[in-house]
Amino acid sequence: MSSHKFLVHEDGDHVGVAVADIKAGEQVMGIAIHSGKEYHVKANQDIPLGHKIALTEVKAGASLIKYGENVGTVTQDIKVGDWVHTHNLKTARWDYGN
Amino acid sequence: METKILGYRRENGHIGIRNYVLILPVDDLSNAACEAVAKNIAGTLALPHPYGRIQFGADLELHFKQIIGAGRNPNVAAVVVIGIEPNWAKRVADGIAETGKPVSYYGIEGHGDLKTIEMASRKAKEYVQYATSLEKVECELKDLVVSFKCGESDTTSGLAGNPTAGVVGDRLVEMGGTVIFGETPETTGAEHVLAKHFATPELAQKYLAVHKEYMDMIESKGADLLGSQPTQGNIAGGLTTIEEKAMGNIQKAGKTPIIGLLDMAEEPTKPGRYFMNTSAAAAECITLMMAAGATLHIFITGQGNIVGNPIEPVIKMSANPKTCKEMSEHIDVDISGVLSRELTLDQAADKVMDCIVKTARGRLTDAETLNHKEFVLNRLYPSA
Repeated sequence: MSSHKFLVHEDGDHVGVAVADIKAGEQVMGIAIHSGKEYHVKANQDIPLGHKIALTEVKAGASLIKYGENVGTVTQDIKVGDWVHTHNLKTARWDYGN
Repeated sequence: METKILGYRRENGHIGIRNYVLILPVDDLSNAACEAVAKNIAGTLALPHPYGRIQFGADLELHFKQIIGAGRNPNVAAVVVIGIEPNWAKRVADGIAETGKPVSYYGIEGHGDLKTIEMASRKAKEYVQYATSLEKVECELKDLVVSFKCGESDTTSGLAGNPTAGVVGDRLVEMGGTVIFGETPETTGAEHVLAKHFATPELAQKYLAVHKEYMDMIESKGADLLGSQPTQGNIAGGLTTIEEKAMGNIQKAGKTPIIGLLDMAEEPTKPGRYFMNTSAAAAECITLMMAAGATLHIFITGQGNIVGNPIEPVIKMSANPKTCKEMSEHIDVDISGVLSRELTLDQAADKVMDCIVKTARGRLTDAETLNHKEFVLNRLYPSA
């Protein structure tokens, strides 16, 4: 039984997905689904099950990569261990004029 | 593991796993008579709905396709059609009669509800006794037409639920079965990835064209889907953007190529994997797939969508451990073990296949036992 708290779709993704609730300050381990590679991150905020944790720094304005694909635009600088959700990531689609 | 199923071989050779006698209204006005017949005669199922009057053009054609499709579905043994006017009721009955199954129609005008109810009840009684004298026969899994949709998705859907559905769909296709998935607007942001799953460049172009049509329609309303996609439930579950949701959604495309792009409620003509142009609204989408002849639905949920369908049994699976615990009466297959890495995708697919076989041998799904019968007709534009 592994003690992972998040999973990563593809190596190179900027985020992992919490598979259990993670507490702020908690040192957590994650596993990449395909490669089995382990990631170790300290969470900066509470990250509920299903929510994303940053594995790398990403600057505001950059694309966020998950599934090896661009899944949106970062709106505030993201640090390793940050909770990534609607407060710092938005769609690059359906955002006409904004 | 048992791999044979028990089904009803219909007159046209299609296999059903349920055996309904439908009392089918053509229009809203005929709901009352249909519901009265269903109360009179045990073993019948009325399908009331709010539409069917003064629709026109493509929207009217879609109405007929859905109503006729419900009657044609192999899970239906026989149909009594009731409409306010006999000519449209006949049109529906003729469409159903092509399958060879027993069907009769009644127009209320010139009779009134009470006489219509009596005539239709006598016919319905005859059909119930016909249907209940049919014997189930042993059939193969490939005889099923299985549709897939996800709803109240969260990140667990993209991590485990939809990839498991992809494996299940691939297994069914490899056996010679037919599978359908869709949800055109919910592929937004992953179109370039899904396009590669189509068997030919022409099909991929056709898919991109119907996707663009949907986007153009949304823009033509001066709107976008920022407030509705992802849904509030999706966001609570950790999904942030439509691109992220779409990448999760298309995991159910599996690996077998998509050999056809179906219009709404269009029946597939040969085995294989199909994409149907549908909205992402759960009950509407399943109604379209049922009307295309799908006999069993696999619904993947994260946060806990509870949808069912009156004709097509809906099996629900989830990989979210909280949902599986808190909403256990709705979740037929708990595959949360994929997140804890106690289950591989193949093992999760085994659990789903086992539930498919049991359901196709007669066991009621959670949605069936809980009386979820969402029959939701799709509209293209308002009535005239």
